[in-house]
Amino acid sequence: MKHDNYVLEMKNIGKLYSGNRVLKDVTLRLRPGEIHAVLGENGAGKSTLMNILFGMPVIHATGGHEGEIFIDGQAVSIASPFESMKFGIGMVHQEFMLIPGFTITENIKINREITRPNIASRIFGPALKSLDMEAMNSDARKALDTIGLNIEEWTKIAGMPVGYMQFVEIAREIDKADMKIIVFDEPTAVLTESEADALLKAMKVIADSGIAILFITHRLDEVMTIADNITVLRDGELVRTLAKTETNAFHLAELMVGRKVEKIVQESSNVAKSEIALSIKGLKVHMPGENVRQVDLDIFAGEIIGIGGLGGQGKIGIANGIMGLYPAAGQVSIFGKPLALSDTKAAYEAGLAFVSEDRRGVGLLLDSSIEINIAFTAMQMRNSFLYRFGPFSHLAYGKIRKNALKKIADLDIRCTGPTQLTRRLSGGNQQKVCIARALALDPRILLVSEPTRGIDVGAKKIVLETLVKLNRELGMTIIMTSSELAELRSICQRIAIVCGGRVEGILSPDASDVDFGLMMAGDYHKFRGKEVI
Amino acid sequence: MKRSFLFDNMVVLLFVAITGLGIWFSGLSLGFVVMDLVTRIARNGLMVVALLIPVTAGMGLNFAVILGAMAAQIAIIAVVHWQIAGINGILLATLLSTPLAILFGLFIGRLLNKTRGQEMITSMIAGFFADGLYMLLLMVIVGTLIPLRNPQIMLPHGIGILNTVDLAILRGAVDDLYRMSFPHFMVLVAAIFLSIGAWFQYSTRGSRQPSAKRALPFFLIAGAAALSFVLTRSPDSSFVIVSVPVVTFAIIGLACAFLGFIATTKLGQDFRTVGQDQHVAKISGIDVDKTRIIAITISTVMAAWGQILLLSNLGNLSTYGSHISVGVFAIAALLIGGATVTKATVGQALTGLVLFHTLFLVSPMAGRNLLGDAQLGEFFRVFIAYGVIAVSLAMYAWKRAYAGKRQLRS
Repeated sequence: MKHDNYVLEMKNIGKLYSGNRVLKDVTLRLRPGEIHAVLGENGAGKSTLMNILFGMPVIHATGGHEGEIFIDGQAVSIASPFESMKFGIGMVHQEFMLIPGFTITENIKINREITRPNIASRIFGPALKSLDMEAMNSDARKALDTIGLNIEEWTKIAGMPVGYMQFVEIAREIDKADMKIIVFDEPTAVLTESEADALLKAMKVIADSGIAILFITHRLDEVMTIADNITVLRDGELVRTLAKTETNAFHLAELMVGRKVEKIVQESSNVAKSEIALSIKGLKVHMPGENVRQVDLDIFAGEIIGIGGLGGQGKIGIANGIMGLYPAAGQVSIFGKPLALSDTKAAYEAGLAFVSEDRRGVGLLLDSSIEINIAFTAMQMRNSFLYRFGPFSHLAYGKIRKNALKKIADLDIRCTGPTQLTRRLSGGNQQKVCIARALALDPRILLVSEPTRGIDVGAKKIVLETLVKLNRELGMTIIMTSSELAELRSICQRIAIVCGGRVEGILSPDASDVDFGLMMAGDYHKFRGKEVI
Repeated sequence: MKRSFLFDNMVVLLFVAITGLGIWFSGLSLGFVVMDLVTRIARNGLMVVALLIPVTAGMGLNFAVILGAMAAQIAIIAVVHWQIAGINGILLATLLSTPLAILFGLFIGRLLNKTRGQEMITSMIAGFFADGLYMLLLMVIVGTLIPLRNPQIMLPHGIGILNTVDLAILRGAVDDLYRMSFPHFMVLVAAIFLSIGAWFQYSTRGSRQPSAKRALPFFLIAGAAALSFVLTRSPDSSFVIVSVPVVTFAIIGLACAFLGFIATTKLGQDFRTVGQDQHVAKISGIDVDKTRIIAITISTVMAAWGQILLLSNLGNLSTYGSHISVGVFAIAALLIGGATVTKATVGQALTGLVLFHTLFLVSPMAGRNLLGDAQLGEFFRVFIAYGVIAVSLAMYAWKRAYAGKRQLRS
């Protein structure tokens, strides 16, 4: 194969993080002026691949990577982000790397300011050179004009619409000299439709000038609009590399999601849609990175409902908002009674219990014993496990121990005994302690977020089975939020997919991969509505 | 989002109101207040200005300016020991204190780089710690390991420096170089500010936003100064006796100009970048640690010079006490001017200086008139200094929480 056709060639790239394989034998080729989409779910290996391309410290601190990288046919090793910048690789970040208090110009020219000498710099060195604001502004203007952003270059970033910020990021990259490849990391995730259209146009303009573009995304319609070639990753492996002409959105959705689902619940029992356990209307949650914009959802008593979706779309924010851990607004009622938001105590009193996605941070008192962890919330909320003497209270150790032993047996918590510190437990057993603690409250509705995150496969199954058992035997309503679609499909009766802070739609676990893929990409209504392609 | 003027400036407005009430209740004449104020601003001005760069670089309020003050005091003791009088003594003290202050600055900078996120408390504790070493040096080591023999500045048994060192040979060395009556000084101020304003009006060089009204505050001050001249020029006005130490003010003015200049350089841009977002600065290739060390070092050196000005104005050195409260007073002055932990400008420093020292000056009298006890008035001062810091920090925190809520609503 001739290298000189490609501006970038990543060959047989693989990566292990402390024994876990996250990337295996991935090959990616990019021609000048090509727009190449990289498609995949969370955890498919997209970010790891990009981290390798950028020589991020996290890669080198964990033992480097496998495979080779060629730029313009030359084998290179990229040891740091600065080196990748020198090789002409630029990045438009998903979280903006912009300084809000600075003007557009200052952000575009960050650490690449144009300076001119003055008396002080001649004596004390180049650090005291004056900034040449006029030259900087005119450069910035040029970059903004190229991508068609019509806004004064001296406007401050703070207070600007998010869409503009994205453009500033792009302007910063194309202002750099000798830019060969620009990576767009989910650039349209935060944009409105018209902003996204403008962005795609700008990408076309950039590509036509000969710069190659790597477009990381999960939005299928955008891929179909502008990409020349598409690489689909799943679970760290290369699924396919296709030309746009040989595929369509449905096919891509299937490739992205497709995976065998092992059902734990065999019969998808009909939930008696009689009583609404939890009704959510117009919920907004301000949780940085997981903002909920507008969620309306009814949850029926006795069901296991899954909340799925890609990372950063807001699925995590729903449970956190209901529990009052992040500022929230909207109407939530529990068995018909309205719930005060932003009040964790009220949420517990209303019969909710929460198993947090942040097990080690929020979920557990890591340096306390299993029994204290299990009893802790109930002590705070219900005054259970306490002897009260007027204003004073004392722990009822006997009750705490008895309860702990029962829960350890019920949930099969593998430990040396109820006094073991939770820090020493494995992830799966920690999760069970969290569940046991939530159960100590005798909740009517259990909210579980990411119950299997960071747990090995065997333990995953046990945790899921525990949830099913609680649902079946105690009739507990369970709301499970998870990034892993497969596990939602294995135990839930209904799955709500969240995209862009809204519920995109509710699917049965037996729905097709295509539907799930489209919904997670936020394209379901666009494609299914029109029934085209 | 349009912000209201009241909300943005509530700290300053609150203290303007308190100061106004203080002047009213103290019953002091305006001429007297201005006279004392001029002395106090000349004395403390540089120390407040010294705080600005670390705030810009995102390191919060540099409580460690007292290390700079210590460097100055060590240098001053040496100068008194050698009996070098007048402006020569001051220049020598400046020369001696500078390398010491640079050394201290490097030390604090490295320390703060290791305790990111807790810069303020670290710099405060570092100040206490340094105070211990300072006492060890001047109480125990001088006269034993350092064979110094000078009964004029040392305790009778020959070990340790006296509690109070007379700086008669340095008193007024800077202030009295050239003095001017208040009305004349106002003319000078008006002329200088008018010309700077005019320059900004017609040149947009170095301006980040061409539309910014950079000249406006200068014109306003020039106008106010001209008005002051008109009001105070009559020979029987009480302001004629107010004499202004022009050289000291020139030094403070130069320091402000220096900060203004730094802001237009690459170094200044790095300070701002690091101050706004260390992560972005780092991935853009700025040496964050080095930039922060430079910021704190400049601050420490300016603080040392500021302390020299202060001591030469006072005319005596309380060896173990002069440096203790300078940091707190300077920080209180800066905060009262509307500066916050994350943003401080030269304008806020100057506003704060005027407000804080007026309050400081009138509060004992106001306290006595209100409460009928002269002793209480003294406590008032300490109460004011620490109270100001507490109130403005609390208001800052409250404002941020409020802004956060407002954001959710919109």
